[in-house]
Amino acid sequence: MSTKSDDRVLVVVQLTGGNDFMNTIVPYNSEHYYDARKKIVINPDEVLPINDELGINKHAAPLKRLYDEGKMAIIQGIGYPNSNRSHFRGMDIWHTCEPDRVGLEGWLGQAVRELDPRAENVLTGVNIGRGLPRAMAVPGVPVTSIGDIESYGVLTDVERAHLRDRAVESFKNIYGQAIGTGPVAEYIGQTGIDILKGADLLSDVAANYESPIEYADNSIAKSLRDVARVHLAGLGTRVFYTNHIGYDHHANEMKDHPRLLNEISGAVADFLDDLEHHGAGDNVAVLVFTEFGRRMKDNGSGTDHGSGGGAFLFGNNVEGGLYAEYPPLDPSKWENGEDLIHTIDYRGIYGTVLEQWINVEARPIVRGEYEQIRPFKA
Amino acid sequence: MKSDRVEIAHLMRRAGFGATPSQLDTLTKEKTYDEIVDDLVNLERFPEVDQSYIERYYGGEPVAVYVGKWLFRMINTERPLEEKMALFLHHIYPVAWGKSEHGPSIFAQINMFRRVGLTNFRTILLELSRDPAMIFWLDNNENHKDEVNENYGRELLELFSMGIGNYTEDDIKSASRAFTGWTFSQPLPLYPMGHHMASFEFRSDDHDEGEKTFLGHTGNLNGEDIIDIIVKEPATARFISRHLYNFFVEDEPQVPSWAIEPPKNQEAIDRLSEVFLESEGDMRAVLKELFSSEFFKQSLDRKKVKSPAELVAGVLRQTGEFSSPKPGIHNFAAAATMMGQNLLNPPTVEGWHTGHEWIDSGTLSERVNFAENQFKDASKPGVQEILRRAGSLDEDPDGLVTRCLDLMGGVRVSDDTHRSLVDYARQLKVMGDTRKGDNDQEPVDVLNLLQMIVSTVDYQFA
Repeated sequence: MSTKSDDRVLVVVQLTGGNDFMNTIVPYNSEHYYDARKKIVINPDEVLPINDELGINKHAAPLKRLYDEGKMAIIQGIGYPNSNRSHFRGMDIWHTCEPDRVGLEGWLGQAVRELDPRAENVLTGVNIGRGLPRAMAVPGVPVTSIGDIESYGVLTDVERAHLRDRAVESFKNIYGQAIGTGPVAEYIGQTGIDILKGADLLSDVAANYESPIEYADNSIAKSLRDVARVHLAGLGTRVFYTNHIGYDHHANEMKDHPRLLNEISGAVADFLDDLEHHGAGDNVAVLVFTEFGRRMKDNGSGTDHGSGGGAFLFGNNVEGGLYAEYPPLDPSKWENGEDLIHTIDYRGIYGTVLEQWINVEARPIVRGEYEQIRPFKA
Repeated sequence: MKSDRVEIAHLMRRAGFGATPSQLDTLTKEKTYDEIVDDLVNLERFPEVDQSYIERYYGGEPVAVYVGKWLFRMINTERPLEEKMALFLHHIYPVAWGKSEHGPSIFAQINMFRRVGLTNFRTILLELSRDPAMIFWLDNNENHKDEVNENYGRELLELFSMGIGNYTEDDIKSASRAFTGWTFSQPLPLYPMGHHMASFEFRSDDHDEGEKTFLGHTGNLNGEDIIDIIVKEPATARFISRHLYNFFVEDEPQVPSWAIEPPKNQEAIDRLSEVFLESEGDMRAVLKELFSSEFFKQSLDRKKVKSPAELVAGVLRQTGEFSSPKPGIHNFAAAATMMGQNLLNPPTVEGWHTGHEWIDSGTLSERVNFAENQFKDASKPGVQEILRRAGSLDEDPDGLVTRCLDLMGGVRVSDDTHRSLVDYARQLKVMGDTRKGDNDQEPVDVLNLLQMIVSTVDYQFA
């Protein structure tokens, strides 16, 4: 099942808000867990055990299947030193690998620049969703952000073909001229030009897609279906990004978290099955991450921001299993007396997928050397 | 002319949602720039939009209906700055319908913003802290005497007043304790009674009466004491001034970087902060200073990317389609959402990333297609007026383009864009001439030129 690194594809899914790792991969035999979590807790009969200590939350049942099939790597205890509990700085840090200052260059945007240094394909990096995540943003690197594949493009309702040609030509002039007239105008100008290029490439994608897989009716399922559609069209996309929002459970966690786990696990499984059906899954790896974990103790109805979260990797060429260490749950080992400590740095995980999967040198992107894991088949 | 058309068009775009051609005529003829600024901040001189009229006309529970009602106000208000300040406060104090016990409480919050936006900052923070939608959004109803929830305390300092780096983790804990017992009551169950607005409730039995130290002040501090301390902090004056500068004058980097990145115009922030501290947070004084300043008047060209709300409300104001209530305005909630701004449903407590981050290939195509589409129908009253005053393609194309730009709210374009538009006008004329008498072909006219103007790079800027 070996694939050439030059056509491997990385799909990154962001769980926005800080997923509660302990209630996702549950330490169902730990008295410390049950001591710390009184109300926001997953009981032993609500988990699907993967060994004597850990079980997958039953609301994420599709993950259990993927784990059993050996297609899912669980990366435990991912984080960074002195974790910042602000979401926004937290997410910025994850997106730019710059814990101490505000970075402008997203880690995946930099990877896209390495993969396509002359910006020959506006679809080398594709974000599915509205708004470009910082991770994908690097000034001067075109990344296409697709809200709706069917209507992607500009001036699409100028119906008369002859007039539309003129209009698009004029649009092209106006946007082209903005290049070189100041950073923001230049950025908007270039984005306009890129839309015209991307629209040409994407014009047939939706019509050419067929699949027996019926994705559920929720945002992450739709987004991963769009990733599948663009991937299957063979347009040369190497990095996909999308997000699943709603994980910030200071309150109401017991009601909302099961729904989110159900949505994300179903969507990932459908996506992998879809690729499998089309024989197009061997060169795709999916990284699911979140910006931080939750506090060790619950606050009665939810959990506050903490550190020590977890990430997941999926794919045919992923060697399933557990990676890094589950953070120690003994209260004497909590960070600042209230947080899980991290056991592996997130920059090592970025390094892992950059170097071992899409063959991009990690050091300049993650700014240093960080311990990597070996989650891919040889 | 008592005032300059370009300056007034700029002022009305930033302090409101743009001016129609006839409004520009009247304002410049009758009032000086300073008189117009004075009118903007003294909004009581003008009648409110008739709320009961809107309520009667636009009914229903979905969030889009509420966004539609708000858009109607943005378009038709005679107090543009009141509506713009409500939007400003929604940007910096974002609360989402998606996490609400009863969605319409977020609309009630917008009404509150409208009421307090031009008062003083202490009132704004106090009302914010007592607002049921905010209390629920940041879990202050889960902030108990014996089980402190820091969510509101943290964001109050980090995002709502002082900015990161001006307080300690201990200050957050103290502030959170001071707000224990600040909750809300909802008198009736949602089903089957329907929505009934919640109201603020202080539960003294759930309030931590212990001694707390906050920013060097020690005592049995309550939430109000915390706010009193916050509003006198120079860090607050600077943080709010920078927010105002970012919203009304020129795009700053995103908020999380403010502790690290210096402001684009330090002098301007210093001046606004001074007025803020001297006037004890009087928003009218601060905004008057802002709009009267040279830095504002000089922020004409490509300094600020329009937010989707500004773009949508601005275009609809120009086309005049909703100058009186008619069905369909709620559809424009989705338009703004597709451009990245789901009004009444901001993505996180940080709100939207603004400036050039409004723009990516997906959102830019939405912006262009929306605006161009709105100018497709020549029968809309605002479009009719523009077309009537602009003249035809037979006239000198340069003058035609200049007139169109002026009539569309004083749109500013670069010389390059201007030349391209003139060129496009010429091509339209040629196409029109070759089609004369051919009934199978739709006519080509000035309308197509208007569509191109709203599709330009330049039109993306406020």
